[in-house]
Amino acid sequence: MRFLLLFSRQGKLRLQKWFTPLTDREKKKVIRDMMMLVLARPPRSCNFLQWRDLKIVYKRYASLYFCAGLEDKDNELLALEVLHRYVELLDKYFGNVCELDIIFNFEKAYFILDEFLMGGEILETSKLAVGVSMEEADTLQEEEKEQEEVGKTDKERFACGRGLRE
Amino acid sequence: MSDVVEKTLTALPSLLSLDSHPGSAKLSSTSKLGNLIRGITELTSKHEEEKLIQHELLAIKEQVSSPNTTMRQMKELMVRSIYCEMLGYEASFSYIHAIKLAQQGTVLEKRVGYLAVSLFLNESHELLLLLVNTVLKVGVGLHNIHHTMPKREFRIFDCRVLCSQDLQSTNLIEVCMALTVVSQMFPKDMIPAILPLVEEKLNHPKEIIRRKAVLALYKFYLIAPNQVQHIHNKFRKALCDKDPGVMTASLHIYLQMIQENPEAYKDLTPSFVTILKQVVGGKLPMDFNYHTVPAPWLQIQLLRILSLLGKNDQSTSEVMYEVLDESLQRAEMNHNITYAILYECVKCIYTIHPKSHLLEKAAKCIGNFVLSPKINLKYLGLKALTYVVQQDPKLALQHQMTIIECLDHPDLIIKRETLELLFRITNGQNVTVIVEKMLEFLCISEDDHTTIDLVGKVAELAEKYAPDNEWFIETMNTVFSLGGDMMQPDIPNSFLKLLSEGFDSVEEDRKLRLFAVNSYIPLLRGEPGKLPQRFLQVISWVLGEYSHLREDLEPAEVLSLLAKLLDMKNSSSETKSWVLMAMTKLCKGGADASVTQEVSETYSSSLDTVLRQRAHELQYLSQDPELRARVLPRGAKPETLEVDSSLSFLDRFVSEALAAGAAPYKPPHQWQEELDQSKALSLEPYGLSLPISMSSCSITDRQSPTLLSMSSGLSGDSADLSHKGGSSALKLDGIKRVWGREGYLAQREPVEEAAQVEVPSPIQSPGRQGEGDSLHSQTPTQTPTPEPEQEKQQLASSLFVGLASQSSVSLMGKSEPTPQRFRRKAKGQGLGSSFNANEQISSSLISPPSAVDNLLCNNLLDSNNSSELAEQTSQLSQSLTTANGTCHAEAELTESDTKGCNPALRRDNCVVAAGPGPHNDPGRLTEVCLDSYLPAELSGLSHSEIAPLCANQSLNLSACHVQKEDSLILVVFIMNSSESAIQQMLLQVDSEELEVSCLCNSLAGEVTSHSVAVGQYSLTVKRPAVHVEVVGTVSYQLPAGTSQSLQFSYKVPLTSFIRPFVVSTEEYGTMWLSFSHDTKQNLTLINDNQEPLTATLNALKKKLQLHVVEVIGMEGIVACRLLQDLPCLMHCRVNAGWLAVWLRSPVPDLPDCLIYHCQRALQSL
Repeated sequence: MRFLLLFSRQGKLRLQKWFTPLTDREKKKVIRDMMMLVLARPPRSCNFLQWRDLKIVYKRYASLYFCAGLEDKDNELLALEVLHRYVELLDKYFGNVCELDIIFNFEKAYFILDEFLMGGEILETSKLAVGVSMEEADTLQEEEKEQEEVGKTDKERFACGRGLRE
Repeated sequence: MSDVVEKTLTALPSLLSLDSHPGSAKLSSTSKLGNLIRGITELTSKHEEEKLIQHELLAIKEQVSSPNTTMRQMKELMVRSIYCEMLGYEASFSYIHAIKLAQQGTVLEKRVGYLAVSLFLNESHELLLLLVNTVLKVGVGLHNIHHTMPKREFRIFDCRVLCSQDLQSTNLIEVCMALTVVSQMFPKDMIPAILPLVEEKLNHPKEIIRRKAVLALYKFYLIAPNQVQHIHNKFRKALCDKDPGVMTASLHIYLQMIQENPEAYKDLTPSFVTILKQVVGGKLPMDFNYHTVPAPWLQIQLLRILSLLGKNDQSTSEVMYEVLDESLQRAEMNHNITYAILYECVKCIYTIHPKSHLLEKAAKCIGNFVLSPKINLKYLGLKALTYVVQQDPKLALQHQMTIIECLDHPDLIIKRETLELLFRITNGQNVTVIVEKMLEFLCISEDDHTTIDLVGKVAELAEKYAPDNEWFIETMNTVFSLGGDMMQPDIPNSFLKLLSEGFDSVEEDRKLRLFAVNSYIPLLRGEPGKLPQRFLQVISWVLGEYSHLREDLEPAEVLSLLAKLLDMKNSSSETKSWVLMAMTKLCKGGADASVTQEVSETYSSSLDTVLRQRAHELQYLSQDPELRARVLPRGAKPETLEVDSSLSFLDRFVSEALAAGAAPYKPPHQWQEELDQSKALSLEPYGLSLPISMSSCSITDRQSPTLLSMSSGLSGDSADLSHKGGSSALKLDGIKRVWGREGYLAQREPVEEAAQVEVPSPIQSPGRQGEGDSLHSQTPTQTPTPEPEQEKQQLASSLFVGLASQSSVSLMGKSEPTPQRFRRKAKGQGLGSSFNANEQISSSLISPPSAVDNLLCNNLLDSNNSSELAEQTSQLSQSLTTANGTCHAEAELTESDTKGCNPALRRDNCVVAAGPGPHNDPGRLTEVCLDSYLPAELSGLSHSEIAPLCANQSLNLSACHVQKEDSLILVVFIMNSSESAIQQMLLQVDSEELEVSCLCNSLAGEVTSHSVAVGQYSLTVKRPAVHVEVVGTVSYQLPAGTSQSLQFSYKVPLTSFIRPFVVSTEEYGTMWLSFSHDTKQNLTLINDNQEPLTATLNALKKKLQLHVVEVIGMEGIVACRLLQDLPCLMHCRVNAGWLAVWLRSPVPDLPDCLIYHCQRALQSL
């Protein structure tokens, strides 16, 4: 995998992860092109695209688009499941995750991703293991008496039906 | 459900601003990020957002630089900076603080610091150096902690750092973070610094650390493979790790290594098969399951590895049949992840040596994919079909109706993929329909990349299968109009080349050219302003060359049409210079004079120098018809122009300049190397750089899609490779080879399938076929309205025509039912060649018409292989004779360089005519007798001509060199020509570039009258140079007692030191990576009747004593060594009529010297 982007339907970037070095200009170009390509796709169309020499795999979960750039040898369907597993992990961590969780706690979303993928390859497939290592970190955090569950408490107020579901 | 979220989002601003509410109060008070986000959501315009963020950034800037800011606050500030950057605003002032945070914070603060760093900095950022130190510190710190500190101290240390209880876990987090950052953004020249520490982690007790370490090494391997080569055995250990996660991680490295060199890892096949068996059998812990499927990631990785190992290797393939079968069976659940496995399985089955029952199952799988209502699966089905269609065209026939439906699919991606598939099955009969479909798609496609790719494909199909002139020209016109100025420059290049070189029939050529002229005139009369520049350039050239073919067309009219192009605003100056060139060819004086006069006056004062030159040419040539006829003869045949790319005519100038003390020339890459003080070797990753690899070819080599896949890596290679010998390790992604004339097709055709599949004629109704085919019953075409159905059937019959017959000839090349109309001459100047008016004309005209057809090429390759084998066996015995050949060649080569002392070489008895200079005469006289003074042990070997060095009244010095297999011997003859004995003779020989060691010296101090003393020196290369020189002094005493000395110098061509270097392809690969000095150059190809690559390599081999390691397709690898042990590797690839040569060696300057000699050797042919 070359990169992973999360952006909203409104075209706001929510998370970016680059697995190969690119210059800032190239990154901006990729982000712009991805949003243009993916957001223009009609519903129920193929989740795979071709962009330059990369395969693009994207999936929409609620208002968020998850978009991955793959090398030619990579398996598209598998990448789709990687995205899905990431959503599952987010869901497990945040509990019925929604876009707001990711906006307010984007650094957490990055940490979860780091537990799950490394250098664009799957590192840990077990939901449990990722959960455990995230919890460990959080325990530490509490020790430091930082309670940054802001987005979460906020979210609880509109609890129903905002999960990142297809 | 998404609506709900959207409502939430729109409601967000108001909700967040409800300060009275406890939740949001907390938000606004404790989290500045929350504030920021809230603020942004409230805004209505981009401008306001900009203002807010700038304000925010100022605030952050102030705080981060304040000395009172705690690390905790810093962490919060970093999060906000990240947010701002994510919105697209630069916060570069915070970068250094991010590093500081990563350095000094507690674990969690560190983590944010690392995150910020990884998002802010890219590989080349100067601040990264600081980060390396941070990472190192963490690494070293832990390293020390683990290995040197007693346990108690370790605890204290850690407590101090982390203020936390769970020592072990906090520790891990730190290491993990460091490894994650390392894998993400490490610059390659810093790898050596970090490598030992990462290596160390391979033995860490915690599996997560080992996993991360392995993946980090994998990343290193991708960046700089040669730097991790020494830890290959540790990779094996990782493969055998008890934790399946570590093993999975190690497979990434193995996949990469096997891709580069499958031969070296064949022994691991049974292990991989066993692992896969265990995984499929559910032997792994439940942790590794994904939706009840056992470790799908691992399965897919293993399948990829197996397909690489089994490709073109029957015995290895046989090991894996069973497990593949099992994988296919197990993966039956209806879930994406099982489809992913199936897809990989199918690809594997079609890649390895074929097995009939597996192929049947795989074909069925592909069928299920293609017919699936799920669009993603359909897409992959089409891709798989594209991959296999060349070896199994019947599969495409089976699904023809589905394919046709996909052609009209509303999703462009599906459409595009279908065209890719059709491109693979194009033949002379269906080309018009397929090209039409492609052009239709081009009209609606908006993506540049797709346009470029598709335009190239259409152009290629048109050239290959054009049914007639009109169609060809019209199609190409559409290509030029649609492709615009984005298309690859070689399309217009080769089109013009095709027109100018013509084909077998003069009449046909005339018709084609005339048709082109006819089609362009109306275009120019219409609205030429709408045509792309490239097209205008093509039009001008064709009109300039061929408009005279149309008799009713007055040159004056063409001239005025062309002049119109000059006046257009959007014409580029490049186009203008093409137009001026065309006008120069057309103007005859008389009536045209006014137009040309006007034009040339306008442009002769142009600021563009090229235009100005063209204008002046136009002016002079239009006034002097005689001169014009000489310079631009009408209907001239393309001539070959000799270009001396080595600029050897400047050698004299260079040597004079050098003698005058000028600094020797250094090629740019050498400069850079010297500038780069880094010790790290700057090597590109193997897979990317060595052009043997599939990936690079498929990207760059647009011209040979039959040979290589174009955009889709899925496609197999074409029939071209089918003849290739089986054992070579460096294969292109071939799948075809295994399909012999009566190969798999014959074996696997069960009767019933044959009945439904062997569509006897293309006219057969596809509907009927569908009835016989159970799979087809699922398609919606079963009960269609009659009219569109008929259309589709028609389309089907026109699309799939010729496929059935093709399949029966079993793909020995694209055997065409109709003869290819435009049998291509050698392809035009390659991708790289600029589409420049000045060069282009010449280059398209001068390339020698070496008609190398693909098929022809194959045959030659075959014979080449066998001849090479024969050569190899007799290599030892030959080496001496080839040595003679070398000498011989060198004799001619060195003549020009060595003036005074000419070591003209001789080949046994035939004396090469050496230009007799004044100094030569005495040497010549004595030569015959000197021969006999050659030491007995050397007399049987070939030696260069004995050349006079210098002489005075009493002494005559001559020398020659003798080539032995493992050394080069310099023999110096000292002849006493005086009447008295010479005493205390002392001979000293030295050289800057060479290591000189005295072998035996028969100079006993005294040389009697008219006798000869002989000195022998063994020479080896110390420092390569194009020509190496030995200088010497003879000092002696005359009987009278006066001591005298005589100085001489002797030049030895570097080629005398070259010996073949026999290595295997694998060894070559390893060495290639480890050599750091390289150079690249294009050499001329020899175009005699033989296949050019083989011919050229053979010539080089003969002249320079190189060892041809292997020739594969259009590439060859060659190795040689310079005495004693200075190896040099050479990689050659035929590219656009040139031999692209890439040399590598551990010795500086050696590649440059060798390339020089290669050039000279090829020129002298």
